[in-house]
Amino acid sequence: MKILDKWLMEHKYKIQDVKLMMNMIRESFLAKLGLTIITMFILTAIFAPFIATQDPLMQDLTNRFQPPSLEHPFGTDHLGRDIFSRVVYGSRISLMMGITVTLILFTIGTTLGLIAGFFGGAVDEIIMRITDIIMAFPSLILAIAVAAALGPSLLNTMIAIAIVGWPRYARLARANCMQVKNELYIEAARAIGVSNLRLIFSHIFPMIISPLIVQATINLGGVILLAAGLGFLGLGAQPPTPEWGLMVSEGRRFISRQWWISGFPGLAILLVALGFNLLGDALRDILDVRMRR
Amino acid sequence: MEKLLDVRDLRTYFYTYRGVVKALNGVYLTIKDGEVVGLVGETGSGKSVTARSIMRLIDPPGRIVGGNVFFEGRDLLKLSDREMTKIRGRKISMIFQEPIIALNPVLTIRTQIIETIMANRDVSVNEAEEIALELLEAVGLPNPKMIMKRYPFELSGGMAQRVFIAMAISANPRLLIADEPTSSLDVTIQAQILDLLNRLMEEGRISSMLYITHDLGVAAELCHRIAVMYGGRVIEFASTEEIFKEPLHPYTRSLLKAIPRLGYYDELYTIPGRVPDLVNPPSGCMFHPRCPYMKDVCKKEIPEYVEIDNSHYVACHFAGVKDVR
Amino acid sequence: MNIAAYIIRRIIFMLFVLLGVLIITFIVSHVIPADPIGAILGPQAPPELIEKINREWGFDKPLYVQFILYVKNLMHGNLGKCIRTNNPVLKDIIIRYPATIELATTALIFSLIIGIPSGIISALKRNKLIDHFIRIFSISGLSMPVFWLGLMLLYVFYFRLGILPGPGRLDLGLTPPPRVTGLYTIDSLIAGRLDLFINTLRHLIMPGFVLGFGAAGSIARLTRASMLEVMRQEYVKAARAKGLIERVVIMRHILRNALITPVTVIGLIYGGLLEGSVLTETIFAWPGLGRYATGVFLFLDFQAVMGVTLFIAIIYSFANLIVDIIYAYIDPRIRYG
Repeated sequence: MKILDKWLMEHKYKIQDVKLMMNMIRESFLAKLGLTIITMFILTAIFAPFIATQDPLMQDLTNRFQPPSLEHPFGTDHLGRDIFSRVVYGSRISLMMGITVTLILFTIGTTLGLIAGFFGGAVDEIIMRITDIIMAFPSLILAIAVAAALGPSLLNTMIAIAIVGWPRYARLARANCMQVKNELYIEAARAIGVSNLRLIFSHIFPMIISPLIVQATINLGGVILLAAGLGFLGLGAQPPTPEWGLMVSEGRRFISRQWWISGFPGLAILLVALGFNLLGDALRDILDVRMRR
Repeated sequence: MEKLLDVRDLRTYFYTYRGVVKALNGVYLTIKDGEVVGLVGETGSGKSVTARSIMRLIDPPGRIVGGNVFFEGRDLLKLSDREMTKIRGRKISMIFQEPIIALNPVLTIRTQIIETIMANRDVSVNEAEEIALELLEAVGLPNPKMIMKRYPFELSGGMAQRVFIAMAISANPRLLIADEPTSSLDVTIQAQILDLLNRLMEEGRISSMLYITHDLGVAAELCHRIAVMYGGRVIEFASTEEIFKEPLHPYTRSLLKAIPRLGYYDELYTIPGRVPDLVNPPSGCMFHPRCPYMKDVCKKEIPEYVEIDNSHYVACHFAGVKDVR
Repeated sequence: MNIAAYIIRRIIFMLFVLLGVLIITFIVSHVIPADPIGAILGPQAPPELIEKINREWGFDKPLYVQFILYVKNLMHGNLGKCIRTNNPVLKDIIIRYPATIELATTALIFSLIIGIPSGIISALKRNKLIDHFIRIFSISGLSMPVFWLGLMLLYVFYFRLGILPGPGRLDLGLTPPPRVTGLYTIDSLIAGRLDLFINTLRHLIMPGFVLGFGAAGSIARLTRASMLEVMRQEYVKAARAKGLIERVVIMRHILRNALITPVTVIGLIYGGLLEGSVLTETIFAWPGLGRYATGVFLFLDFQAVMGVTLFIAIIYSFANLIVDIIYAYIDPRIRYG
């Protein structure tokens, strides 16, 4: 009897443990949702030719304004192009833009941040004041101004976003660099005569890369959204490129009846941005917890 | 004497990202009416969690997963939230380690003390105000009217603790839980607060008390009985006299050696080893890695909490065997 | 440091930032287009106009002289002329900004009404179903392409259901109330025209909601985080230990402290809304500053670009300044630090 009691007691706690642990796993549900969306987005971009049912540029004027159907899951636009195929191919442009811009941001921001943090003094002062100015300025307006001045094109959109976005990375890199540079092994490397450039890029940079990568993930959703906004304003990709923002803008003229022309490309933008933001949010939470402990 | 509080096999776990922190692993504790019991242990031994579990003030990710807390014969863990609210402040009240952060920074002392009185006693605002002034006087604060107008950050730690004590005793509770009420204060202020608690007991404003401290010396001064905690359990519980004269648990003995005596601070004895990790606790008796008398059985079996002598409880495999040491 | 010194320091910093903005926009609009005058005036510009502009702005002179001339003109309130509207830029801005203010204010009200209660509920019901739901909603706010949301709502509520009016500040055929403040809601009340007032409000619903949606998400997240932070505080535990009922603990001890943070960032959010109005105004044909800005940007109408940019930067910087000052009042550590 006593043994049975003891068994029940122990296992009662165990059963409750499992239940509570399950609750904790469910806590990261949002992160898993984000990760799933991102994976699907990347797979779509890679396998676009196999997923798309038609050539995204193929016009068929006899088949204009078809509502969503089995043949055209997302309907057709004013030129009879299959919107599903265009959205699928658009994922490539979005992904390419997101990655390219992030790489540019990362490179410029990190380099300037490392230089500022490592050398300090006047160089640091100048770089940081420039970041102050750019960050004090509304990013969408600045991006529009730059993109407009450079002339509308995909490349110029990316440059514009990079110009408004790098200060964040620079600040993060600088702060981390200043922490790391006084560590003993850096001092030691300096003492044996390692050059500054090598010190920065092969000793300090590897130490500070992980928060920057987290920052990049958190930022990707915003980059894609900003790029789509510029595309919508006609500052990015030009027709007939199947860029999502541009597609929403093309469908605008027909919004009173053919909602799907703008509807599906916009939904794609929302989903992808949501995916990155969900994951970024979870990453930030986890980092936060790590810092608290 | 009748048992006012009877805690049995209390278990509280915290479900963190690191894993499950088993903060309380079956705590047994009793307090009789009119008695002062000391709860002593190192940081992280579960003293505060015990106090907060009795008050049912454990927030997620923590949870009380088992055991009973009988108070006046009723199990507090089985009460509804509404009923529990009527226990807090009226029957059991609590004072905290850091009085300044336990007071709301954006409300005046007046608001905070009057809301407490009105929550627990059936009085009007004007009556509550009078009671408040009388209480602030009773806890030795000069110029209570001035104090009432102040914000917490305008008070010193000692004054804030006095304010808190005034609130805690405002409804004449049967039990006061004092969670290290002096450890954040200066040494001279500590003595004053202890004096105040002693005086309030003599005046009958405090009847029974659970006094939590990491300082056995302070506990000896104040308490009738002392419970020693280690790794989320009470490992020895006896009258203050017995704890000092005939400690049965090796940990209690180490603690007694570690009490600083005036002038001997340099040679302070510290217990070798670390406080156990409560996510992956040591097997068997949690104290075995630090225990000088450790035997094989200590690694394998958790010692039961048993009554050895008359009202002397201990959880050690060799508690009754005198010649182990 | 006392608060006056703090404010002066912040204002100096703001002036410095504005100068930086001026230089950056100047460079962007002068250096990057190969032929600024051509870009401004177009190929068919009459020679005497080119002559006049050249004289006024010194395009034949070195860049730094042009910049000094620009600043000099700026000091006299001369922001130059907008080629498209043929009005002085300052006048164009003054005509349009009330529409934007009205829209952004509506959006702010929406975002507060939605965001703060959502954040509170989310925190109080942490990890329950409703919390997940609200968190997804608030992250959607951050992920929402506003131009798309605007179009979809227009389709549903205007074209299909017909329960909300379409683009513009008033129904077609209605004459705006006489201008006093430029805000139709207020001007219509001053004129005693309740019908215009209601019509204006109805026109504000959709664009206001679209613009405010993202901000509602940020506010909800911020409120939730702030609530959770306060709920961890010792004084909340102490309040429960004192025997207060849960409603009092929440209302008096948690909310009061938790709402400080969202309130202090209202200025910042307002700045963000002014910025976001660029896309929203385009969708809803809203005759405000945002739509004007996209227009002049696309045509590289550089004097208008500079003027609008500077105006927005000033508002944005003021918003930041006000936030910092409020914060310094609330948080003694900043005041005395």
